[in-house]
Amino acid sequence: MTKTRDFTIVRALAGHKIAMAGLIILVGLVGISVFAPWIAPHDPNEQDLYRVLEGPSRLHLLGTDDVGRDLLSRVIYGSRVTLVIGGVSTLFAGIIGVLLGLVAGYKGGFADMVIMRITDTFMSMPLLVLVLVMIATLGPGIKNLIIVITVLTWPAYARIVRGEAMRVSKLPYIEAAQALGASGLRIMFRHILPNIMAPIIVTASISVGINIMMESTVSFLGLGVQPPTPTWGNELKIGYAYLEVVPLFSIAPGLMITLAVLAFNLIGDGIRDVFDPRLRE
Amino acid sequence: MNKEPLIEVHHLSKHFPVFRGMVFKRKIGVLKAVDDISFQIFPGETLGLVGESGCGKTTACRVVLQLEPSTAGEVRFQGETITQMAKQELRRLRKRMQIIFQDPFGSLNPRMRVRDIVGEPLSIHGLARGKSEYADRVSGILELVGLNPSMADRYPHEFSGGQRQRIGIARALVLNPDFLVCDEPVSALDVSIQAQIINLLAELQERLGLTYLFVAHDLAVVRHISHRVAVMYLGEIVEIADRDELYLRPQHPYTKALLSAVPIPDPLIEQKRKHCIISGEVPSLMETPKGCKFHPRCPIAEEVCRNLRPTLKEINGNGHRVACHLV
Repeated sequence: MTKTRDFTIVRALAGHKIAMAGLIILVGLVGISVFAPWIAPHDPNEQDLYRVLEGPSRLHLLGTDDVGRDLLSRVIYGSRVTLVIGGVSTLFAGIIGVLLGLVAGYKGGFADMVIMRITDTFMSMPLLVLVLVMIATLGPGIKNLIIVITVLTWPAYARIVRGEAMRVSKLPYIEAAQALGASGLRIMFRHILPNIMAPIIVTASISVGINIMMESTVSFLGLGVQPPTPTWGNELKIGYAYLEVVPLFSIAPGLMITLAVLAFNLIGDGIRDVFDPRLRE
Repeated sequence: MNKEPLIEVHHLSKHFPVFRGMVFKRKIGVLKAVDDISFQIFPGETLGLVGESGCGKTTACRVVLQLEPSTAGEVRFQGETITQMAKQELRRLRKRMQIIFQDPFGSLNPRMRVRDIVGEPLSIHGLARGKSEYADRVSGILELVGLNPSMADRYPHEFSGGQRQRIGIARALVLNPDFLVCDEPVSALDVSIQAQIINLLAELQERLGLTYLFVAHDLAVVRHISHRVAVMYLGEIVEIADRDELYLRPQHPYTKALLSAVPIPDPLIEQKRKHCIISGEVPSLMETPKGCKFHPRCPIAEEVCRNLRPTLKEINGNGHRVACHLV
């Protein structure tokens, strides 16, 4: 696709109301996490044991948690860890999956067989169980969480990229490049990859949402990022215990998770609509 | 022409095994896309290759250039055998033999600018030193094929079919090749544009001393540009001769039928003319008939044609060769 066509895609995306709604939510979330120190009314780790489990007040807009920390500040700071884990693991998984998928799809034969059997193996096992086993082995923490999510989600990209690379490999301009004496690397990165970006971008944007869910799930089970680092999953887990006393304690982080996942899904759907001319009006 | 041939093809074959079954694949046959063909092309010459669709013309092109490995036989480029050549060495020879494709829309990467499409061969083979030489050579070659160099920043979809085919020609010629395979370069274009591209190819041949293998199913186009013509049927060459010899005195019944199928733009002559129509269907390339491959459809087939496969044999002193028992 070309500059002018890219431009019309950006314009079509701008006219896609649902995608724009997702984008606005996303920009808001990213803004909150980037400017957290300026936005947050309190230090997220500052305890005030005289004011535990309070409801909303002028001092603490969302109330306080079980050790008197400001909930709003914790939710704001929590967006940082959650978004970083979701984004970075998606980036790494995307890179690994795209590389292996390209090799499998373009080279075919033995390489394809080996890579696809590995992805089959990963995809045939229940994801959450694997995450828990791996976290239990590696130990909790932001870095390990990113590693585990990356290792477990790259096969999805490899599958998609392989199929698309196989399709594009049959096109005449790939044969033309071969006839010119182009190397396999050049063909994969200069000719195939630019022509299959659309499905990769769609998969990635939806995948960020899934990875955020994963982080929250693992944290909720107590195996994610360890307290006192605030993440939405952590807040949700602790707040859950006090659901009847201060509902906002778990509702606030829960809503944020929902919003973030929703934003990425809306954007992903929007991009898919825009890239697929059959769905365009 | 008593020079050394630029391209020699000896008993070249390309067979594809055909499998059936998802889990337990078994070979159910062999598709003989190219079956024991031999020809030579001399420097500066154009060999036309005609035949109906599906007779193996395109596969023949791909195998001659070793874009696909051959099953048997040998291809020589300036005396050097390129069949079974190591990949690296073949890549070095790529800059001397190039190909133009049939589909001017599919053969250009939609995400690359014309500058990069045409210039890519230079960077692949490290032929341009510095950006300015690269730009110079790209604009030079664009001008040579009749495109305005100021269009170099555009993308393929902004061009018409004829212009795209010119871009394809520029890409093939930027390396200064000796040998150019034209795989139906005009059959996807409008008739008025066809003439432009054919004339461009003829002009470039004269200016650059190129050698062409020109594939087409349009007999008039082939007649216009070729010096010699080979006729293919079911993966075999059935007749090969100088252009005028072949068009005026076709010998093989298949060639005769092909030529008589070309309409003459004069209703009176057309009405009176005797057509020899071939009956039947083209047999599958997997189950080619025994004996002469053409015998089930041949109007003059005899017993010998059903049992013995004819070979190409010279019928007069000037290189007219026919594969038919009854000539």
